[in-house]
Amino acid sequence: MRGKSSAISILTAGFLAGCNTHQSTLAPFGADAADIRHLFIMMLVGAVLIAGGVALLMRHAVRAPEGSIDHRKGMRIVLWLGGIIPTVVLLGLLAYSLPYMKPRPASPADLTIAVDGEQFWWRVAYAPPGRPPILSANEIRIPTGRTVAFRLSGGDVVHSFWIPGLAGKMDMIPGRINSLVVRADKPGRYRGQCAEFCGLSHALMAFDVIAMPPAAFDAWLAEQARPARPGDAAGARLFAENGCGGCHGIAGVNAPSRIGPDLTHFGSRRTLAAGILPMTEANVAAFIRHPEKTKPGVRMPSFPQLSDDEAIALARYLQGLK
Amino acid sequence: MKRWLKGAHRLRVTLWTLIVPPTTWAVHFLFSYLWVAISCERIGRWALFPTAFAIGTVVALIVILASGVIAWQQSRTPGDPPPHNEGTDIDRLRFLAYSTMLLAGLSFVAVIFTAMPVLMLGDCR
Ligand code: HEC
Ligand SMILES: [Cu+2]
Repeated sequence: MRGKSSAISILTAGFLAGCNTHQSTLAPFGADAADIRHLFIMMLVGAVLIAGGVALLMRHAVRAPEGSIDHRKGMRIVLWLGGIIPTVVLLGLLAYSLPYMKPRPASPADLTIAVDGEQFWWRVAYAPPGRPPILSANEIRIPTGRTVAFRLSGGDVVHSFWIPGLAGKMDMIPGRINSLVVRADKPGRYRGQCAEFCGLSHALMAFDVIAMPPAAFDAWLAEQARPARPGDAAGARLFAENGCGGCHGIAGVNAPSRIGPDLTHFGSRRTLAAGILPMTEANVAAFIRHPEKTKPGVRMPSFPQLSDDEAIALARYLQGLK
Repeated sequence: MKRWLKGAHRLRVTLWTLIVPPTTWAVHFLFSYLWVAISCERIGRWALFPTAFAIGTVVALIVILASGVIAWQQSRTPGDPPPHNEGTDIDRLRFLAYSTMLLAGLSFVAVIFTAMPVLMLGDCR
């Protein structure tokens, strides 16, 4: 009974995964993921046809009386069905799928986005051609209809950058830059995930991807290029007193830092802690005091000495950085 | 062609000639990787002399084909009817020749499968 119900739940999980539209290659919003889905369906249909054919042949072979074909004929069947036809089918599949595997061409006029995988967050730097880079973290926005070139690297260990609805995955290797050129076609809010085991909180290392119409994207990027406009003075003081700025850069307030996520426009992000929690004041306050409760092995120290009010003041200050 | 095939009989298949097709495949495989790595490193794009690569592939295919044809000839050396599993010289020859022929078939296909991505992808990323 138990075996049966777990088999059913495994099967339904597979089918329910089909309803996922924000993190699935089967629901693509980019050109490359659409290609991957197309290839997958082709292979699936081909595999089902071949498996069906083999099953029919097997049925036939089991039922046929012994001696109904002679040795010569048997060997010929082995040669054709076991050698020649599979080779030709594989050759055809290879020739058909290779053009899809060709990397998308990039032009120097394309927006470049450098993304580094860190335990357990993402450093993001938008580099529009001819303008200084714009630092961000844990959320990536891209324009639709234009090619975008990601330059992927790792800061500590190997991570893997994967936005299933946009393109295939690509490793992020310390000391090496891998290039991934993509094109989003459908605006919307999607999700990416680290796809290479990188430590305790590997599963908690995700990010939101927001594909925007080009004009809206350009306006957003221009806004991001501005320094922060800090409000809440109490929060700003706490931020400085507790040394948060040693790890977190806020443009216009303190120097950039590579140790923790850039917080210049933290308040405009949709999620907290690399795609893990909704961006609410309570979540931010709780995360600041005990980040390890959300993410085991996190590289940010906890601040249990902060009172509830102080944590809330910090959260309010950071969320005010739009 | 006829005469050439007759001459092939004199090149006796041995355990050494058996490894010719897979060795050619291995060398071609290594050569493909090196070619791409060196081209990408030195000039930043694929490739230095793509035609030379194609010619190298054709040479590898010819070597494999030739050893396959020779082996095919010798696997059909006339004599007693099958099965050919005695410890005699002629059975040994037929066995080695047949194995060489199968290996040649496999290596031929493998070389094509290796060369296709190199020629069709043509990208260093
Ligand atoms: C030793 C360096 C360090 C210090 C000091 C530090 N942090 Fe962090 N912080 C990090 C790291 C690393 C992360 C990324 C955690 C993760 O998601 O894996 C982080 C994440 C965060 C986040 C979530 C960022 C996002 O994009 O979701 C906030 C908010 C934050 N820190 C606030 C603070 C505040 C406020 C202080 C001071 C009280 C502080 N941090 C002190 C290293 C530090
Ligand atoms: Cu990871």
